[in-house]
Amino acid sequence: MRVKVKGKPVALRGDEAVAEAMRQINPDVVAAYPITPQTEIVQTFGQFVANGQVDTEFVAVESEHASMSGCIGAAASGARAQTATSGPGLALMWEMLWVASGMRLPIVMHVVNRALSAPINITCDHNDSMGARDCGWVQLYAGTMQEAYDNAIQAVRIAEHPEVMLPVMSCMDGFILGHTFEPIEILPDETVKEFIGTYKPKHSLLDVEHPVTYGSVVFHECYYEYKRQQIAAMEKAADVVLQVGQEFGDLTGRYYGLIEGYELEDADFAIVAIGSIGGTIKKVINDLRGQGQKVGLLRLRCFRPFPAQEVAQALGNKRAVAVLDRSLSFGAQAHQLQMEVAYALLTHGPIPKMVNYVYGIGGRDLLPSEIEGVYRDLMEVAETGIVPPGVRYLSVRQ
Amino acid sequence: MSAEKLVEIRWHGRGGQGAVTASEILAEAAWEEGRYFQAFPDYGGERMGAPIRAYTRISDSYILQHSQIVNPDAVAVLDTTLFSLMDVTEGLKDDGALVVNTSESPADIRKALKLDKARVYTVDASRIAVDTLGRDIPNTPMIGAIVKATGVVSREGVLRTIRERLGTRLGKTMAEANAKAVERAFDETQQG
Repeated sequence: MRVKVKGKPVALRGDEAVAEAMRQINPDVVAAYPITPQTEIVQTFGQFVANGQVDTEFVAVESEHASMSGCIGAAASGARAQTATSGPGLALMWEMLWVASGMRLPIVMHVVNRALSAPINITCDHNDSMGARDCGWVQLYAGTMQEAYDNAIQAVRIAEHPEVMLPVMSCMDGFILGHTFEPIEILPDETVKEFIGTYKPKHSLLDVEHPVTYGSVVFHECYYEYKRQQIAAMEKAADVVLQVGQEFGDLTGRYYGLIEGYELEDADFAIVAIGSIGGTIKKVINDLRGQGQKVGLLRLRCFRPFPAQEVAQALGNKRAVAVLDRSLSFGAQAHQLQMEVAYALLTHGPIPKMVNYVYGIGGRDLLPSEIEGVYRDLMEVAETGIVPPGVRYLSVRQ
Repeated sequence: MSAEKLVEIRWHGRGGQGAVTASEILAEAAWEEGRYFQAFPDYGGERMGAPIRAYTRISDSYILQHSQIVNPDAVAVLDTTLFSLMDVTEGLKDDGALVVNTSESPADIRKALKLDKARVYTVDASRIAVDTLGRDIPNTPMIGAIVKATGVVSREGVLRTIRERLGTRLGKTMAEANAKAVERAFDETQQG
């Protein structure tokens, strides 16, 4: 049993905390677009490069499409490659996201969640990474700044696991976590170095003794098999997320799973959500528990792969469940998270009453009083047994 | 106010006046006293002269919520030209503190804003900044005024944080000048 490592408490902004993780990871290559919608992650990391605090080859590229292309080239050459992006920058990468996952390159990308244009909006929602949910990347979402830092480190191990070999997006809420100045615990450099280990690629373009081809043409004869293998790797990633989260916990005292439950086990009424809203929901839970209300939270940490069994197990016995989406699928019956949760419950049952809510689009704030209102709605749903049809849009003028 | 569990402060300024930095320095001073904090700006796109809002949240326990501050315990206004653009007292608690950078008296400010709630404090932070720093950057004297008005952290604590934080970044001379600005603001802030 290892002795737990004590970190150093420091006051940082969320973006700086992730840049700090990148400094400690010391990637071989970072290819990034340095201008808006980029965040302070790349600005701060760029300073580390300029100061000689990392060995990273920093490639300032002309677009996010190029930054992902740069990471793909570097990773195929056997390098540990990372980048960071946000909102429309992630959207511009879309084509290359499929290339990265299809080539099974363990790139880690730090995503600061922001809304997509139009209208132009640089504040938080999840439409950017939700728009990339089907691209074959593992997706982790941080609930706190500490978790954003911790996830950035764990993402390396998850991506590079021999049975996974998939790219990972480590996401955190723009502004709400990215720009907030808070105390967090930073691990010693040596601890991070040891935890992530050295990356030894099985195949590398630079290994001339063992030549390989990346990105060849593959039609109907076996393209489908490539994709089937990616699906299998994604399923395996769930176990690896758990293993790495356990190992990280043994080291630091901070354990991470696929989901986080808060006052969930004995709760009658549960909210399911992603990201920093989890903290505000916890505050409301503390208040309502003080009044004797049995309310709880299920926060998704890992959205891809979707932990269906864990979610169904945690929610099956609830009287009513609210699923809070911070992203939109126009014309869908319900939005992204709700659809996943509903199918998880449908296939694993039993099925509680469910209501889908949308909140926080384009940075719209959600107040504790409005979250309390969601729990009151759930109590009414359980009381009457009636789930009104349609999605409820919180805190919007209509 | 220092006995309260959670203290929330809103800062109004213009880009370049240091409102965001002020929100962070106050937070760090609270941290040095063993408390928890968050400091965050309203908008990331800061431009010289543009209206800026920043927030400081200080608590005795770990802060779970990340929602906006809508009912602040105190509001600091670094620039009175913002009065005509927005209601700087919006959501301010009835027993809250409004702290304004102005050469006018608290009574004048109360009259100008037609304010019948809250405690009003004034300090000529711009004058103090020019005297001590040589430039009209009123953020550090306004920290002193907020500390005077709310008691959210101790005078010694905030001075120590100013010296340490600004000392690393700006050097000892500027850090001392800023500490002096805080001290003067602390002494010159008037209540009405």
